[in-house]
Amino acid sequence: MLRFILNRLIAMVLTLWAVSFVAFAIIQLPPGDYLTTYMATLAAQGERVDPRAIEALRQQYGFGEPYVVQYWKWITGILTRGDFGQSFEWKAPVTTLIWGRLANSILLEGLAVVVMWLIALPIGIFVAVKKYSLGDYLATVAGFIGLAIPNFLMALLLMYLSFVYFGTTIGGLFSPQYESAHWSLPRLWDFLSHAWAPVLVLATAGTAELIRILRANLLDELKKPYVTTARAKGLPEWKVILKYPVRVALNPLVSTIGWLLPALVSSSVIVSVVLNLPTAGPLLLRSLTSQDMYLAGAIIMLLGVLTVIGTLISDLLLAWIDPRIRYGSK
Amino acid sequence: MNQPLLSIKDMSITFSSPDEADIEAVRQVDLVLTPGKTLALVGESGCGKSVTARAVLRLLDKNARIPKGEILYDAEGGRVDIARLHPDSTAMRAIRGNQISMIFQEPMSSLSPVHTIGDQIDEIIILHQRLSPKKARERTISLLDQVGIPGARDRSNAYPFELSGGLRQRAMIAMALACTPKLLIADEPTTALDVTTQAQILDLLRQLQADFGMAMLFITHDLGVVAEIADDIAVMYLGDVVEQGDVFEVFRAPKHPYTQALMNSVPRLQRKAERTRLTPIKGTVPSPKDRPVGCAFTSRCPHAFAPCPGQRPERTPVSPGHVARCHLLTHVREEALA
Repeated sequence: MLRFILNRLIAMVLTLWAVSFVAFAIIQLPPGDYLTTYMATLAAQGERVDPRAIEALRQQYGFGEPYVVQYWKWITGILTRGDFGQSFEWKAPVTTLIWGRLANSILLEGLAVVVMWLIALPIGIFVAVKKYSLGDYLATVAGFIGLAIPNFLMALLLMYLSFVYFGTTIGGLFSPQYESAHWSLPRLWDFLSHAWAPVLVLATAGTAELIRILRANLLDELKKPYVTTARAKGLPEWKVILKYPVRVALNPLVSTIGWLLPALVSSSVIVSVVLNLPTAGPLLLRSLTSQDMYLAGAIIMLLGVLTVIGTLISDLLLAWIDPRIRYGSK
Repeated sequence: MNQPLLSIKDMSITFSSPDEADIEAVRQVDLVLTPGKTLALVGESGCGKSVTARAVLRLLDKNARIPKGEILYDAEGGRVDIARLHPDSTAMRAIRGNQISMIFQEPMSSLSPVHTIGDQIDEIIILHQRLSPKKARERTISLLDQVGIPGARDRSNAYPFELSGGLRQRAMIAMALACTPKLLIADEPTTALDVTTQAQILDLLRQLQADFGMAMLFITHDLGVVAEIADDIAVMYLGDVVEQGDVFEVFRAPKHPYTQALMNSVPRLQRKAERTRLTPIKGTVPSPKDRPVGCAFTSRCPHAFAPCPGQRPERTPVSPGHVARCHLLTHVREEALA
């Protein structure tokens, strides 16, 4: 098991290195750079551009230098000083900008994942066991509706309904007075009273998908002979199903946890824009449109890290629940 | 001693499906199982032998019904008709695994891939004997030892995929015997194993039967295995038991044309020069939907005559304990009388 973890960690470091390289390549792709746009804007406004300041920035970021050298400067900054560079648009270090937003993202999307599983697991088991029953059809129809409604539409719908029927607006994650306060019970309550809507919106589509996958997996497993063996032992039916086929049917789902996180982050961009949520998604979107390359690079890089960590977690979980994987890696 | 433990009387099993008419997979089965004896249920694939065995434990799929007949079992608390119990009732579950247990064909897929064999055997002991997990594990280890698994203590922590086919089937047998059942149903337990392992497993089953004194219902399509292990034999064809009786009696003088045909299709060890072509049964098994009203074997029987397609042959005693369902038996006799 230790060796398994070690192997995965080595693979993880290599993957991260590749991710950083690609991330840097992506933010370099658009023609020109922020500095040229920046100078052009300043000159157009009639302001005097301090050549020394520009030169200092050029030096710091190594614009005009070969790609590999620029990459080297960027990555060593991250590794040695935790310095992701400067955001041009916000005129602040990237690190001060992203952590809060990234934490919001992870919190929100983590909650969405939990809600997704809490809803999908019992329903998925129910519809597989009661295949072609009324409940199965109802859950299927509801699931497909959830799958088919775009997230942003659902968000708009929720906003509209809550405004019309409850007279409240949903949006943001905190009331203004709690915006920058420390975590406390009232702040948590405030967060939850704001977060339910985005969590619900983010969870619906995933829930429907999860139910479908779980149902299909479980239908396969329910026919396997080991289920009959468990029944032949004299176990009650619910225990038979929960202990054996459900356990096996969960394996492929656990492996999806890894890419669930980044998928949620990217799918939540529009929802976050619609609901005005201070998460990483809108920040990424804006930094990409304004060529704020170090900010965009940092977010892409951190999403990569999230993906890799998520994959590691699901690998470890999978190895923990499925001995065939644990021993197969020897 | 000769008191029957379980008797199946005139049982039929039908499967319903939403798109088609009901299929009567088993039309009429009468079987008697006695303690210490082995009854072999023989027949081609799809003849209903597995379905019959599963019906005894009520392990059939949800779309199966037992519309007719009874399965009388002498339980600890008195005689019960298993055919009338609800499959998931407490009464049925108290019998399953505890008084009647079952071994399956494929030991790999019949054991959970994600639980150790120790866990899977402990479970049945804890369930029926209410032992503590620790004591259950001790019992599991002694069981594994008893079925001839070397290094039982370590192996109890092994997962099924870490064991060979033979060891897996031994673990399966240990599980089935965990609560010292009165009846063991073995559904083709050696079909998936190679010949040497098969011989060992049959040996083990015979020895365990001598030790525990249980009755055994042994399902197979291999007549060699029948000769090895059975006391009695019942031959099934397309949902009907066509002939049954003492195994030597039936093998020596098979009375039903189907049994005779089965015997003729067993290869014998011969010199190449003396080999003769096997005589396979002509045609294929029809679907239960196309089964004749009369004798099910009519469409393939070389001796079929007037009464066969329309009239069910009665159970005709041939000699003490040996019965067959064939019109030839009754009609030849009638002709002789006339």
